[in-house]
Amino acid sequence: MPLKQAHIHADVLIIGGGTAGCYAALTASRLNPKLKILVAEKANIRRSGCLAAGVNAINAYITPGQTPEDYLEFVRWDAAGLIRDDLVLSMAREFNQAVEHLERLGLVILKDETGAYVSRGRQNIKINGENIKPILARAVAACPNVQVLNHVNLTDYLTLDGPGSRVVGAAGFSVGEAQAYFLHARAVLCATGGAAGLYRPNNPGFSRHKMWYPPFNAGAGYAMGLRAGAEMTSFEMRFVAQRCKDTIAPTGTLALGVEAKEVNALGENFESRYGLSTSGRAYGVTQETLEGRGPCYLQTQGIAPEQDQQLLRAYLNMAPSQALKWIESEQPPSQQNVEIEGSEPYVVGGHTGSGYWVDTGRRTTLPGLYAAGDVAGGAPKKFVSGALAEGKLAAQAILADLVTLPSEPGDAEQQAAIFADYQNRLSGGSGEGLYTADQLEQGMQKAMDVYAGGISTAYRYSARQLDQARDEIEVLSGFVKDLGAADTRALLRVYELKDRLLVCRGLLAHLLARKETRWPGFGVNLDYPEPDPAWERQFVNSRLEGGDIRTFVRRVEEGGERYEHTDPA
Amino acid sequence: MSIRIQRDACRGCGACVEACPGNLFRLGGQNKAVLDRPEDCWGCTACLKACQFGALRFYLGADIGGRGGQMYVRREGRISHWVIERPGRESVTVSVDSTSANQY
Repeated sequence: MPLKQAHIHADVLIIGGGTAGCYAALTASRLNPKLKILVAEKANIRRSGCLAAGVNAINAYITPGQTPEDYLEFVRWDAAGLIRDDLVLSMAREFNQAVEHLERLGLVILKDETGAYVSRGRQNIKINGENIKPILARAVAACPNVQVLNHVNLTDYLTLDGPGSRVVGAAGFSVGEAQAYFLHARAVLCATGGAAGLYRPNNPGFSRHKMWYPPFNAGAGYAMGLRAGAEMTSFEMRFVAQRCKDTIAPTGTLALGVEAKEVNALGENFESRYGLSTSGRAYGVTQETLEGRGPCYLQTQGIAPEQDQQLLRAYLNMAPSQALKWIESEQPPSQQNVEIEGSEPYVVGGHTGSGYWVDTGRRTTLPGLYAAGDVAGGAPKKFVSGALAEGKLAAQAILADLVTLPSEPGDAEQQAAIFADYQNRLSGGSGEGLYTADQLEQGMQKAMDVYAGGISTAYRYSARQLDQARDEIEVLSGFVKDLGAADTRALLRVYELKDRLLVCRGLLAHLLARKETRWPGFGVNLDYPEPDPAWERQFVNSRLEGGDIRTFVRRVEEGGERYEHTDPA
Repeated sequence: MSIRIQRDACRGCGACVEACPGNLFRLGGQNKAVLDRPEDCWGCTACLKACQFGALRFYLGADIGGRGGQMYVRREGRISHWVIERPGRESVTVSVDSTSANQY
């Protein structure tokens, strides 16, 4: 399949039109209507990213009586101390403005008779977010200086002069047409989201993609950053979500909405045994089950039938499979407790802290490259409003920096090599065709599951196992260069596999480096099964150097309002 | 977790191709929608909501508790009627008003 080539020039390139990317585009457009802004999205921004199905609460909002500093303390407690105060605080200060803006754009938010938002707990407000992506997409479409390239998958940053140099654009291809794109920009914002599908999922068979995090988020942003020499942080702080069994649907609506408690098979409420942090909740389900008191449930039995109806509607607005399951089984939550399980481990900076090491302006360590949302590290518990906030903060930094970022064509040799790789794969690849992307993905997921703390080992791992996983991932990675692709959709799957394998390599190095167990619900290091005070506020960071992931430690003190990048470690 | 295409109802408009966050649909023979890899479906129902012709049905795989039910959504202004057809049993409709927020 011969591939055409297009070059497009812009001031700002935003990679990923999810929550953070769309809001960055809106912000940049508003701040400077003369800029040419390009949004490249692998699907269509109307229904892409985490919120494709909708969302039914804003989980990060400063409710009356609360302050951004309270939110900071909440996140610090939940993440067992490993957060960047400057990042959490700066986003928390933006939550309310961003949410109120979204309401003006059309988001429905529950209000009381005085017109105030109705809170769900201390940080949450209730919405109808089924159409949150169409609302954002409509607002982006109304910006005359924003061009959206839908169904374009970007694979590599364009650099000025190889890894570690300034980022001056990105390259990719159309998912539906035989068309390669070279997008040149003065500043690039990475907003691709995090990574799912690294580990064998909860439903490894036909429903393998019935996971909580989007299976189409393959960690492209992390992989592109690693390949370009960017510094990453906290991959080892994986996210294991406590979710509804089978559908892997969110449980917060049950826990907060109808105050359902976690109970084991004996009917005992076990919440107090493990704590109510996100890690504690996940750990509770795992431990109760390991000790023979599973399955575990959220205790919904006995709620009113009217509450069933409300829950059905709430789940239809974000996770319709769970509503379908209740109706099909004829066992609504009022009649049967909802069984819960832990998810496969994800790498995601919007819930835990994995991602680019950024300064307070969301600048990565590479000049010209910024990061926002799930792909940016150091600031857990972003959720929807934090992704909006980071999109805005990154856009503000980009606009302030643009004067120092002239347009550059980038390294022509690199661009030729990228194009040649697409073209070679579409011409059938170089191997015997023995292995497919699907097969190699299964191998990767199995190695990660068994040796790197997946579901089958109850999220536990040792250094010997991690070494084994690293060897297997290396062997599998060796086959990727030969993979051919029948069309551009198959090419997308090859690149998703390539990205996932690199993220796995990063993750394994990070898991090995942190010699303690800080978040037992997200993983237990069997060599060091307890938290170690010596690891307080110590971030494990990494870079890809000479083909290897090198990890190092950065300590950041509590209480900082601003963080600037210092010398490379 | 996947989608069933009612070939007779499909008019080949391509709305599902455009909507799917996983790029899973294409238009095949007779310009009908094709889902080559049903096991790659996330279950977000973006395609169901985009289809103007009611040509798509959403179902749970047998490995996650599917009981043969099929769901589709019919839009009527600000109301979405989610209809679940169940083998041998009466169908169930749950209507959601897009202008009212979730209570939970």
